[in-house]
Amino acid sequence: MSLPLAPKPAIRRFHQARWDEPVIFELSTPGERGVLVPAVEPGVRDAVGDVLAELPAGLRRAAPPALPEMAQMRVLKHYLRLSQENLGADLNVDIGQGTCTMKYSPKINDQLVATPQLTAMHPLQDPADAQGVLEIVWRLERMLAEISGMDEVSLQTQGGSAAIWANIAMIRAYHEANGEGEQRREVITTIFSHPSNAAAAKAAGYEVVTIHPDADGYPDLAALKAALSPRTAAIMVTNPEDTGIYNPAITEWVDAAHAVGALASYDQANANGILGITRARDAGFDVCHFNLHKTFSTPHGCGGPGSGANAVSAALAPFLPGPRIVRIGEGDDARFEVQGAGPQSIGTVAPFFGVVPNLVRAYAWIMALGAEGLLAAAETAVLNNNYLLAKVLEIPGASAPYASGRRRIEQVRYSWQELYEETGITSEEIGVRMSDFGMHYWTSHHPYVVPQPFTLEPTESYSKAELDEYVAALAEVAREARETPEIVRTAPHRQSVHHTHHDDLDDPARWAVTWRAYLRKYPEVAARLAGEPESTADASAA
Amino acid sequence: MTEPSAAFVHPYLPNSAPEVRREMLDAVGAASVDEFYADVPEALRLGRPLELPAPLLAEQDLARHVRGLLAKNRSTEDRLSFLGHGTYRHYVPAVVDEVINRSEFLTAYAGEPYEDHGRFQALFQYQSLMAELLAMDVVNVPTYDGYQATATALAMAGRLTGRRRVLVVSDVLPEKHSKVHDFVRVHLELELVPTAGGTADVAAAAARLGDDVAAIWVETPSATGAVEAALPALATAAHAAGALLVVGTDPIGYGVLTPPAEQGADVVCGDIQSLGLHQWFGGAHGGFIAVADDEALVMELPSRLFGLASTDVPGEVGFGDVAYERTSFARREEGKEWVGTAAALWGIAAGVYLALMGPAGMAELGELLLARTRYAQQRLAAVPGVRLGDDALHLREFTVDVSGTGRSAAELVAALRAEGIEPGIVVGEELLLVCVTELTGQADIDRLATCLAAACGTPSDRQIPQEQRA
Repeated sequence: MSLPLAPKPAIRRFHQARWDEPVIFELSTPGERGVLVPAVEPGVRDAVGDVLAELPAGLRRAAPPALPEMAQMRVLKHYLRLSQENLGADLNVDIGQGTCTMKYSPKINDQLVATPQLTAMHPLQDPADAQGVLEIVWRLERMLAEISGMDEVSLQTQGGSAAIWANIAMIRAYHEANGEGEQRREVITTIFSHPSNAAAAKAAGYEVVTIHPDADGYPDLAALKAALSPRTAAIMVTNPEDTGIYNPAITEWVDAAHAVGALASYDQANANGILGITRARDAGFDVCHFNLHKTFSTPHGCGGPGSGANAVSAALAPFLPGPRIVRIGEGDDARFEVQGAGPQSIGTVAPFFGVVPNLVRAYAWIMALGAEGLLAAAETAVLNNNYLLAKVLEIPGASAPYASGRRRIEQVRYSWQELYEETGITSEEIGVRMSDFGMHYWTSHHPYVVPQPFTLEPTESYSKAELDEYVAALAEVAREARETPEIVRTAPHRQSVHHTHHDDLDDPARWAVTWRAYLRKYPEVAARLAGEPESTADASAA
Repeated sequence: MTEPSAAFVHPYLPNSAPEVRREMLDAVGAASVDEFYADVPEALRLGRPLELPAPLLAEQDLARHVRGLLAKNRSTEDRLSFLGHGTYRHYVPAVVDEVINRSEFLTAYAGEPYEDHGRFQALFQYQSLMAELLAMDVVNVPTYDGYQATATALAMAGRLTGRRRVLVVSDVLPEKHSKVHDFVRVHLELELVPTAGGTADVAAAAARLGDDVAAIWVETPSATGAVEAALPALATAAHAAGALLVVGTDPIGYGVLTPPAEQGADVVCGDIQSLGLHQWFGGAHGGFIAVADDEALVMELPSRLFGLASTDVPGEVGFGDVAYERTSFARREEGKEWVGTAAALWGIAAGVYLALMGPAGMAELGELLLARTRYAQQRLAAVPGVRLGDDALHLREFTVDVSGTGRSAAELVAALRAEGIEPGIVVGEELLLVCVTELTGQADIDRLATCLAAACGTPSDRQIPQEQRA
């Protein structure tokens, strides 16, 4: 062995951590404590007596909850090991979760929100004591109004789907206020809009009409016009759609909806490529929403909290959720007050002011970039996507159905159909194998309109070298699918656990959603954990 | 379109350097990024810069600006706070923040059960730890907050029974009622059954039951902190009518209090903010829904449910989604409500919290909260003119009626704020909602009582006859 060392392999020999960490209940040691609680003060006890003994019959818990008993460092170590068995966006080239805009969440923003001047704020404190946080939320509302072209913004919802719910709830209230609540019973969406548009509309009581694209993947204006009627309450669409195709006839879509008295609701989950390029209101939309955890960089937190922003035209503003933050006065004399929801408001959709730490993060992200930076972020995301598109199409067996020969905006829904027909390897199997290279990969929402789908969205956060690395891993897995398909079919090989069996998860007799349910359904395991001899369990099973 | 951003190089934009940009454009045969927007009609192009504040490009300038704004805040560390009403000031152990601030958890999203085994296990454990506290076999991956959890729980009851009426037998936070009402109003009608002495009027509720009632909705602790002592009677009455008992609750007291599942509740739901989450100006809420391991109930849950699964290696434990076909991810509008990004990280936090607290910690905390609540009730009720809003058992929160002091609740709040105290929330002209936790000790409660007595000081000009104050 001698220097110089060999260069690193072109494709990482990644291996996920494997700590074999037991489920936490197995780590319990009677008597250990993780944190201590202050004792009841003698003066308090003298005054109130034994509060437990005085509880009304039936209210005193018979046996303490069977939580684990663990010393502090053991709890820490257990969860840090689990964290190592998790692949956050900070660690991988997280471009494999198209539609979700897995961009960089700047670390400074995490530091900024960790101050007690935010964490220890109660939402019903004297507004005079909350001027800083109220001002940030108010400013963020105004920024998003400018970015969307809308008049008013609410930041109360905690995620994109929650914001979609608020959109349809406002639309419902608007039609009811105009005496058309009974008449307008349908919502129209497209198959390449997020499923929550359809699902939230259904939850709000509407019948859902789903429009499929034309032969080239563009939203079908003729199909929309055929579906619109005086029964239509709204169109709820994404643009660009989850294919990355921008609907060039979007104004005609909105105009057609308005022509029958329907409203137009814009799911801007895919806004990352059009910031500063084009705006919802300028296309005529009445309401829209952003996902601050996508477009505006707040971290995804393993699946939330995110944050939603609902932006509306003046006509819909009376229906926004409350409370609202209002600015009184101008300049240095300005102060911020809290107003309750107005008489036509849909009311409260979530506690207080929304996911405040993420509102502060989103504000900081916009302030770090400004107008020029937002445009640069959008253009870079789109450049990255079209670069990635060209590279992926160089892999034999990969294709990008629809809009052939045209550019895409910020993401693409690709297909492995050719590779599947050649090898029998599915897109899901390729995705699992990609994890062996330290890469996350996602197929598509259901149903799979594009056969053997995968959806990549590179955002602005990843360098050219990282995009090349991801494509190289994809090409390697495609090569394996042809040459050594068993490796792909039996993946994963380098993960914390091996291929899992879904039949355990779909059978009510077998599924175990909690540890207590598991021990009840599998008494042999409970017996083993309780230290009983194997034969006991065998006997009971026999 | 011009390219104003061509030379805009920023730390968040690795491919913004002109050379790389050129190289990538060349690789795809594009003259400029403008070509990628060919489908965006000219008429829709903004054609001007967004009107946003000038950026703070250097990180230090950004930090100074945001910290400067936040420095205008005076937090509950600067004020002595007795504020609750849905957001609670509990101690957050350092290990909780350490875990949820790990990049691996904070920045992860939707990985498969392989590369994200840790996320699946951490959330399965959250479900399991909550299940022990609540004595129920199924708990969801958190939904948005307790408001949503309750709205969904009631909607589930409506779907299961095919009925429309819901009897609301507890005092509910007005904001929570607003959310639940708008969420379910197409499917359900909420009927208020006035409380008696702070808790459910069982006879009145029973009288209104019928075969068109989907659920009785109980809140315990209620909006005023009253603990419902009649859950078994309410459960019996509901079940006799074929209705479900839906119990909205805060789990903080179940180290010592009997969990609703052991008193006949069919669905138990609420918020986890009390379990290891900072107040964050009301911005750190997560919702739980717990049911028995009954297929009919489980299949009505919209949220994800993580379960144990076997793997190709005998004996090895993996995880996955239980009954995924319920969800809107699988079936769009044919799924149950919808599922999306909600509050998973807060679920991990609550799991770490419960693991740290253990059975002894939760029991000690429950006793401490009951004792301090009772003590605060005694101290405030001893102030001349102040009396308790009701005689029910309370946990953490209670109301005081200040009508005997000659001053309104708002006047007293203003007077105590001048002393650096947030004494509670005005929930009626003469009603104040006061909250104590493990962070408000005996000395803090004594100070509140002393300052309240001083503020209630009844000089002659304050003794306004009742009829003139209306």
